[in-house]
Amino acid sequence: MTQYLEFEKPLAEIEGKAEELRALARENDEMDVEKEAAALDKKADDLLKSLYADLTPWRKCQVARHQDRPHCQDYIDALFTEYTPLAGDRNFADDHAVMGGIARLDDKPVMVIGHEKGNDTKSRIERNFGMARPEGYRKAIRLMELADKFGLPVITLVDTPGAYPGKGAEERGQSEAIARSTEKCLELGVPLISVVIGEGGSGGAVAFATANKVAMLEHSIYSVISPEGCASILWKDAEKMREAAEALRLTAQDLNKLGVCDEIIKEPLGGAHRDRAATIEAVGKALTKMLGQLDGKSADKVRGDRRKKYLDLGSKGLAA
Amino acid sequence: MNWITNYVRPTINSLFSRREVPENLWTKCDNCGTMLFHRELAENQNVCTNCDHHMPIGARDRLATLFDGGVFVEVAVPEPIADPLQFKDQKKYGDRIKDARKKTGEKDAMLVAEGEMGRTPVVVAVQDFSFMGGSMSMYVGNAIIAAAERAIETKRPLILFSAAGGARMQEGILGLMQMPRTTIAVQMLKDAGLPYIVVLTHPTTGGVTASYAMLGDVQIAEPNALIGFAGARVIEQTIGEKLPEGFQRAEYLLDHGMLDRVTKRTDLKDELVTIVRMLMKQPPAIKGDLPAPTADEAEKTEATAE
Repeated sequence: MTQYLEFEKPLAEIEGKAEELRALARENDEMDVEKEAAALDKKADDLLKSLYADLTPWRKCQVARHQDRPHCQDYIDALFTEYTPLAGDRNFADDHAVMGGIARLDDKPVMVIGHEKGNDTKSRIERNFGMARPEGYRKAIRLMELADKFGLPVITLVDTPGAYPGKGAEERGQSEAIARSTEKCLELGVPLISVVIGEGGSGGAVAFATANKVAMLEHSIYSVISPEGCASILWKDAEKMREAAEALRLTAQDLNKLGVCDEIIKEPLGGAHRDRAATIEAVGKALTKMLGQLDGKSADKVRGDRRKKYLDLGSKGLAA
Repeated sequence: MNWITNYVRPTINSLFSRREVPENLWTKCDNCGTMLFHRELAENQNVCTNCDHHMPIGARDRLATLFDGGVFVEVAVPEPIADPLQFKDQKKYGDRIKDARKKTGEKDAMLVAEGEMGRTPVVVAVQDFSFMGGSMSMYVGNAIIAAAERAIETKRPLILFSAAGGARMQEGILGLMQMPRTTIAVQMLKDAGLPYIVVLTHPTTGGVTASYAMLGDVQIAEPNALIGFAGARVIEQTIGEKLPEGFQRAEYLLDHGMLDRVTKRTDLKDELVTIVRMLMKQPPAIKGDLPAPTADEAEKTEATAE
């Protein structure tokens, strides 16, 4: 069952009708609905194409947050072998909003770290909807250090609404943990590659995605603040999220122009959730390609290039 | 109501008030309500002489209190591209910037200066909360990088005073990207073996706390300064409970191990001089207010800095 997004309602109606017709035909042998149903299929197909041909930024936010989008765990399961999860920050706890461990990509050992949102009520709660606490960032720092020590490239998969706004999180130094994680990203002498697979929520994303190469899925977003949050502050009205999403330039396409996103990974028609396997495969190909581009570079070079990339960032704006 | 209350009294009042009591001579302390005479308040660096409440202090005033004789030289900041996203909410970002510049007389939310503090050569960066809430823009990022570069060039420590609500939303992702950019500035100082001291002032939150403001070699805060990542209201809505008294205040953070010290503004200069001189392996300083360095002295410190 596809979970339709609000703007996909007309599509849901057409696909629903086609489904009803076919159900009727199954009950009644004499009915021949295939022609009509096929026409509806075609109509649905055209509509899907036109809906996704030019998604508004707010619609992209909805697609980026779609519950059936492949999540970190799905990518790890499908793309990596010998994945060995490593847990804990050695200080306080193991944060389930962040998963990671050593694994092989195309037989080469790497460190993979990502936010995991969960895929049903139980796992979503366990994963805290992908909102990491300080322990999550400190776990990531620990894994990055381990990778650096043994020369393994680091791959991060970003998918978080943002860092968790909680009492304990503040008391245990949420800001410091994020700052240190970003610092660690910048210190690594091994290549760091990041893919925004869904939501890149503010500082919680920066802490993982300060990378040599940042790729984004076609309908993923990466932003300083959620459109809802921005709307409630600047428009004093959380309902103005469409306008905020527009103004923030948070789509992969705009971020590519701004130089924040190095590569856009195409999604199947109708978004990643309509063909998860194809999406995962496309991400796998992009990872292999980006790793190849960084292969054989010295630690100083990898670190220096990363620094330069961020120091130069923003010098041209959207106009260029 | 008669002729006297409606006409005579207001006229007399206006004559008097115009001539004798300009309104800004007195400031009411936001905490204890004491009326404070402006000169006395300024002398005490905007700290209430009755209850020690720390009121906001302008970025330039801050610099004047730190440097010997109030003398400092501004460090030039490379101008970033203006309004990179052509951002518009209810108001155009371009207009907001214009208004903020008119209101504050400053270019953006960070001032960088060099000079001597207790005869100790330093570079100081001060975030200006009155400029769009001190928000972290590309200019602010450039300012911190320029400050670090100047400190390295002259082999001086960098002292940074933070005050901001977070990244500047109107610069979108480029505002957010100042987190890694300013972190690089901190790393450059680390590579050069120079101290980086952060003084967190009220309020410091969001992406600013989650980058350069939490990466100091020594972390000092002013009393009662609000310091945190997420806003208290957001946290209360998320967890559905009231937050404890003093949550996200400097003393609370000190208790939770997030700061080295909480220091009164009036003691800050001496403390900063003491700390940086030890970290720089310099002999103990002469304490207290010093006049501006003479040309002779300035040359000498310049020479030792080379």
